[in-house]
Amino acid sequence: MAKLLEVASEMEKKNSPKRVDGLSKIYGKALYVDDIPLNGVLHASTIRSSCAGGVVEELTFDPTFDWTPFVVVTAQDIPGLNAIKMLENDQPVLVDRVFRHAGEPLALLAHSDRGMLETALCHVHVRETPLAHPVFEIDEALHAEGTIIPDNVYTDYLLNKGDVEQAQKNAECFIEERLMTSSQEQLYIEPQGMIAVFQEDGVLRIEGSMQCPYYVLDALEQCTGLDKDKLRVVQSTTGGAFGGKEDYPSMIACHAALLALKAGGLPVKLIYERGEDLRVTPKRHPSRSLVRLGANREGELQFIDMDFAIDGGAYRTLSPVVLSRGVIHAPGPYRCANIRVRGRAVATNHPPFGAFRGFGAPQSIFALEVAMDRLAAKLNMDPAELRRKNLLHRGDVSPTGDLVGEDCFAQEILEAALIASHYEERRDAFRHWNAAQHNTLRGIGLATFAHGAGFTGNGELYLASRVFLQAHADGQVEILCSNTEMGQGAATTLVQIAADALQLPMEQVHLAQTDTARVPNSGPTVASRTCMVVGDLIEKAAQCLLQKLRAEGGLSQTFTSAEFSAVCFRMQESGKDLLVTASYQPPVDMLWDEKSFTGRAYSSYAWAAYIAEVEVDKLTLETRVLNFTAAQEIGHAVHPQIVQGQIEGGVVQGIGYALYENVLWNQFGVMANDRLTNYIIPTTADIGPLQVVLMEKGLGAGPKGAKGVGELPMDGPAPAIVNAIQQALKIDVAQIPAMPELLLDLSRAQRGSQCQ
Amino acid sequence: MAEWLRPRHMNEALRLLAELPADHHQIISGGTDVMVAQQLRAPRDIAVWLDLSAIPELKMVEVTAEGIRIGAGVTLSVLRRHPEVQKHWPMLAASAAVTGAAPIQNRATLGGNLCNASPAADNAPVLLAYGARLEIAGPNGTRFLPYDQFHLGYRQTALAAHELLQAIHVPYLPGGSRAYYRKVGTRAAQAIAKVGIAAWIHFDAGQGIIAARFGLASVAATPCLLPRVSHYLEGNNLKHVCEFTIREKVSSDIKPVDDIRSTAEYRLEVASRLVWEAIHDAH
Repeated sequence: MAKLLEVASEMEKKNSPKRVDGLSKIYGKALYVDDIPLNGVLHASTIRSSCAGGVVEELTFDPTFDWTPFVVVTAQDIPGLNAIKMLENDQPVLVDRVFRHAGEPLALLAHSDRGMLETALCHVHVRETPLAHPVFEIDEALHAEGTIIPDNVYTDYLLNKGDVEQAQKNAECFIEERLMTSSQEQLYIEPQGMIAVFQEDGVLRIEGSMQCPYYVLDALEQCTGLDKDKLRVVQSTTGGAFGGKEDYPSMIACHAALLALKAGGLPVKLIYERGEDLRVTPKRHPSRSLVRLGANREGELQFIDMDFAIDGGAYRTLSPVVLSRGVIHAPGPYRCANIRVRGRAVATNHPPFGAFRGFGAPQSIFALEVAMDRLAAKLNMDPAELRRKNLLHRGDVSPTGDLVGEDCFAQEILEAALIASHYEERRDAFRHWNAAQHNTLRGIGLATFAHGAGFTGNGELYLASRVFLQAHADGQVEILCSNTEMGQGAATTLVQIAADALQLPMEQVHLAQTDTARVPNSGPTVASRTCMVVGDLIEKAAQCLLQKLRAEGGLSQTFTSAEFSAVCFRMQESGKDLLVTASYQPPVDMLWDEKSFTGRAYSSYAWAAYIAEVEVDKLTLETRVLNFTAAQEIGHAVHPQIVQGQIEGGVVQGIGYALYENVLWNQFGVMANDRLTNYIIPTTADIGPLQVVLMEKGLGAGPKGAKGVGELPMDGPAPAIVNAIQQALKIDVAQIPAMPELLLDLSRAQRGSQCQ
Repeated sequence: MAEWLRPRHMNEALRLLAELPADHHQIISGGTDVMVAQQLRAPRDIAVWLDLSAIPELKMVEVTAEGIRIGAGVTLSVLRRHPEVQKHWPMLAASAAVTGAAPIQNRATLGGNLCNASPAADNAPVLLAYGARLEIAGPNGTRFLPYDQFHLGYRQTALAAHELLQAIHVPYLPGGSRAYYRKVGTRAAQAIAKVGIAAWIHFDAGQGIIAARFGLASVAATPCLLPRVSHYLEGNNLKHVCEFTIREKVSSDIKPVDDIRSTAEYRLEVASRLVWEAIHDAH
């Protein structure tokens, strides 16, 4: 407890400066893409397929309708390649004939009047021959006869360590479970949208809501056939993303660009309405896991065997990398000699699933952590004790076969969480509560996990990120990178890192607008990498800038802001350049074999233990989270308040994933509950006290040893909550969301079986 | 362009209504349902909007010898905070407080909640259980209608083409009355009901049940009563009430369906459990 208090007070002492983007957002001055004023703008709309795959036989524009004031774009109008640039060129920008899911774009329309656009949509007729047997479920797709792609498997990975078959023969205790997670919508506040306009110099400028400007630039180059110097991508103020604006902005940008190419110089605005956004943009991959765990009588894990499958939807998009992260995180932060994880990304006729905070890890961690509690039950052991026996220590071998070094705090963080949540006390109190005649049943559940920050394996090496720092004659310093502020606080954190390293006040440092005409490619804003990987580059660039100013401008060892400015001014006057660059260099011990899934998958892992206390209404089976404790070792909190916000937000999103967020599909495999009235996320009224415990050991790869924290808090809530519900109701819950309807079914089935 | 009419008096509103094109107008007050529907549905050709929000008569709450008369335009915020409502009709204060969220309650009106005629209307169960009467104004004067005769079918009401709901009358309850209200929503706030239930039970000095009325939401095409349950309870004694029979009566009184928010099975089971709880825990 003393250690925790120390951590807390240390945190309070730290400076959490105000967010650099805060006031403009609070005052409503920040311009989101739909707010940007434009003269003579054309509004755009997308004509889409209705069936879950098939063939477009005919696309007819009613000849009696006057189409002259409209801009119409079909697949025939694409100057470049008709494919969205991603891992593989399998997804068309516009369907030519064959399509794989409902809601695929077939044609684009633009007009200066929104009302006319709506009228015109009634005069477009699409005749489709639907696919005879579309598939919407993972196992159905794996066994289907007619397939979308060979075997309906995009990617098939195997992580194999030791000998599971042999270990199974010797295991004294054994469980086998089948666990499912549903999809989840990111539900960023701002729906997606893009503006395309030709500048006077002939450059096609695309501006909009996005995470990854260089992905958009690459996609535009491929689709329009224009050279990169004729293309410019600018990020507008982005109202949330959570992964949902990683790949799909490329699609919307290509559409807006194609319309602009035909619009004769007029700007084109393509903004999705909420329902359209929910129906067609990518969501979290649904998953199905078959888990087998074996242990000896003492509770030491003998083997972990998981068949992990995710629904990739109708195109490959990002599924292979989502799968790879899911597979690597599947065995958890445990010591186990025999591990086999088979991972498959499966093709179905849903719209493609994509990136969402956690990126495959929440799905496999859910499966493992719920299975761990079942194993604990079978061993008649407390779930915390089972984890204590198996969590990694320094010097152990990790699930991917590398040696666990000094930066391992799995055990410490579990103990911190148990203390902070009064775990044993609550567990005993709940036992008494449940024995008494109350209207509710209570339970406490936990999950222990680690989340790797940055791109998986050699990903960062391939990205080869670069950042620039540009000092100006007035002493102001600009950070030039392609990483985006999307609500998470990156702008503030990056400015803070640079200001800190430059020994300048934050007011003197600015994050340049993310504009591919100015900023280098520092990689996408994903994978909990911005603060850790890009922040580290910025810190290095800052040191480089200081070195330059000292060497070439005579800057003192310790200096005032005024001296810094004076040196910048002098250097500028004498024609010296004030730009420095930093490029990514992988850590020396970062060896990863992508084929065998062995080696070091991530430069840093954050360690976490989450504990949920829940109460379930006996009559209605509604679950309420009474208390939630999120404890994590994150290396170093650059901006403690932003870190806390990230963790609280992630936990709430995780509570939604566990209890409320139920993506329903219509007969065409498209999201049916496509409104905020029926896609339910928790509100503040649903969230009980949430305790964030930060442990900072300073060994991460980022500035002052920071690690990425963006995705981590998404991993733990769902298994912790389900484990708590299982304890409260004494039933097995094998899927999320754990809706009251599901719990009612399960509890009635259980009562039925007890009667027999 | 559509025309926007904002009368200042009830008579003026009725006169305007009588002249409006039948299928091309929309009555609006708080707009919390109407505006959402505008956004969602196919663009409907609305030539005239009749805005009732500037009519002072519709905003009045009057306590009478028989009970309370609530103008149809009284907002849910006013209702949930009204001391007389809180004291004598606590279920109504409670249902107003769980309709939408505070900003919705500031605009939404009690009359609008009824005339929108959603089967999930949050205040409907309470008014059914309390035995409310509606005061309906039309070109030929005012008529009174028991609220339980108002909902004719899915989103269909007993209002004639040129009529407006003017006020809702809720009677005082006799001594020995007990009440129970619960909304089971998709979440704690800003939720549409999966099941809404209000019960009023009139006990004699012992445990004998003189009268019982249950109002339910989201379990049929309209907000509805449970006539068979009431019939079974009336004249019965609490200690003789049988859970199995209650379940049987509930399942014959309601017709829940599967929809985007819940399942028929869940609604039936939870409705049965809550009716049972209401009978025993009403206070």
